Amino acid sequence: MLASLVGFLGDFDQAEEAAQEAFVIAAERWTASNMPGNPGAWLVTTARNRAIDRIRRERTLAGKIHLLPAPEATMDEFSDTAIKDERLELIFTCCHPALPLEGQVALTLRSLGGLETAEIARAFLVSEETMKRRLTRAKAKIKATGIPFAVPSAHLLPDRLDAVLAVIYLIYNEGYSGRVDLGHEAIRLGRVLATLMPDEPEVHGLLALMMIHHARRRARFSGEDGEDLVLLEDQDRSLWDLPELTAGRAVLDRAVALGRPGAYVVQAAIASLQTAEPIDWPQVAVLYRRLAELTGSAVVELNRAVAVAQAGDPAAALRIVDGLGLDDYLYFHSTRGELLRRLGRDAEAQAAYRRALDLATSVPEQRFLARRLEEFPRG
Amino acid sequence: MQYALMIYAEPGYHEALPEEERAATATEFAALAADARCVATVQLQSPETATCVRVSSGRTLMTDGPFADTKEVLGGLCVLEAANLDEAIEMAGRIPAVRHGGVVEIRPLVTR
Repeated sequence: MLASLVGFLGDFDQAEEAAQEAFVIAAERWTASNMPGNPGAWLVTTARNRAIDRIRRERTLAGKIHLLPAPEATMDEFSDTAIKDERLELIFTCCHPALPLEGQVALTLRSLGGLETAEIARAFLVSEETMKRRLTRAKAKIKATGIPFAVPSAHLLPDRLDAVLAVIYLIYNEGYSGRVDLGHEAIRLGRVLATLMPDEPEVHGLLALMMIHHARRRARFSGEDGEDLVLLEDQDRSLWDLPELTAGRAVLDRAVALGRPGAYVVQAAIASLQTAEPIDWPQVAVLYRRLAELTGSAVVELNRAVAVAQAGDPAAALRIVDGLGLDDYLYFHSTRGELLRRLGRDAEAQAAYRRALDLATSVPEQRFLARRLEEFPRG
Repeated sequence: MQYALMIYAEPGYHEALPEEERAATATEFAALAADARCVATVQLQSPETATCVRVSSGRTLMTDGPFADTKEVLGGLCVLEAANLDEAIEMAGRIPAVRHGGVVEIRPLVTR
């Protein structure tokens, strides 16, 4: 509903106010026996009319009398037809690359997720004032620069869709900090997008990736305060959310069936393979190679090396790792440490783990690495 | 909506291009200038011709050279009348400088 109001009014704040007024009126007038035939249409029509009234009043006050371009919307227009779903336009507007990324995230959660500003602020560990400012700035830029309320044309769509997917994935990943379950929100947004763009494989790929990871979230940490990191192979599978995992795999199947697999589809396929028992590590390594080709990412190559080691060749894995320029990356050193340990090169392994410990910033990571160092025989 | 497109590029990038590319950039820019949505185009002479003026305590102070002492300098600008930001962005992408390491800054004009 908000989407269609933003489209009609071209202004986020006015749309919100009009929507609120309509809800208040509905709360006063609707009773169990006195509901409009099409409540959604009633709300939108009422909201539009309130907005038109307000605009009229403001213009009269300013001393200018204008004829409004559109006639007042009447109930008849909406009686049998569905309200135009403009959520896709709204998503692309919120995620326009001309907006600062933090503004895109805030606006998406506020307009599409329907979260309160205070909730979003808590999720990102900033003050409500700060979040309010981000939202205001983003809305102001949309208005001032004429960012259109539209789905991008075909030749622009691939890049613009990438931007939308990046925002949703960012929201998902932030879900592990803060006190609001943003993972849940991101999956909801992913589902909306999948309904609106059913023929895009990467849209389903991202949704599948998030759902499969989300299904395993309760097994990732252990200890009373979740202070201990649990490796994939040690995870208590009984803590996995099986229905969500199955649903995620079904979404992945849909993505794969569409062909043209991109980075998110490949990542989802890897995540899915990693939930099998036993894990087909050679196949995982193949998929990581494909992902490295798609992204050119050294971190992906690092993950490929891990898969190669798990498939039984730590020496080959170490050769891959040593070729990567990731000296500032915690997992580079912890991976080297593990590979060197498997190859019996204890002194070098300990050095690598110590370097990793220097770079560790979270308590679970530090505890994990400290324990690994303790496991070496004292010499 | 009216937008200003401010073109920043390394001075002399144009001369450093091979012959055919140099000719191509001239054609591209001319095509953009001929676009109905292009209200005005301005090309600035090289940064050595710049003079900066300040007034302080009633005295006019002048320095030689451009305002920003950066590698990329303002080389020119276009004023467009476009339907929305995406149109302005699309037109900005046709400015030759952006394909040779330059940057175009787009800002809407203040309406009176």
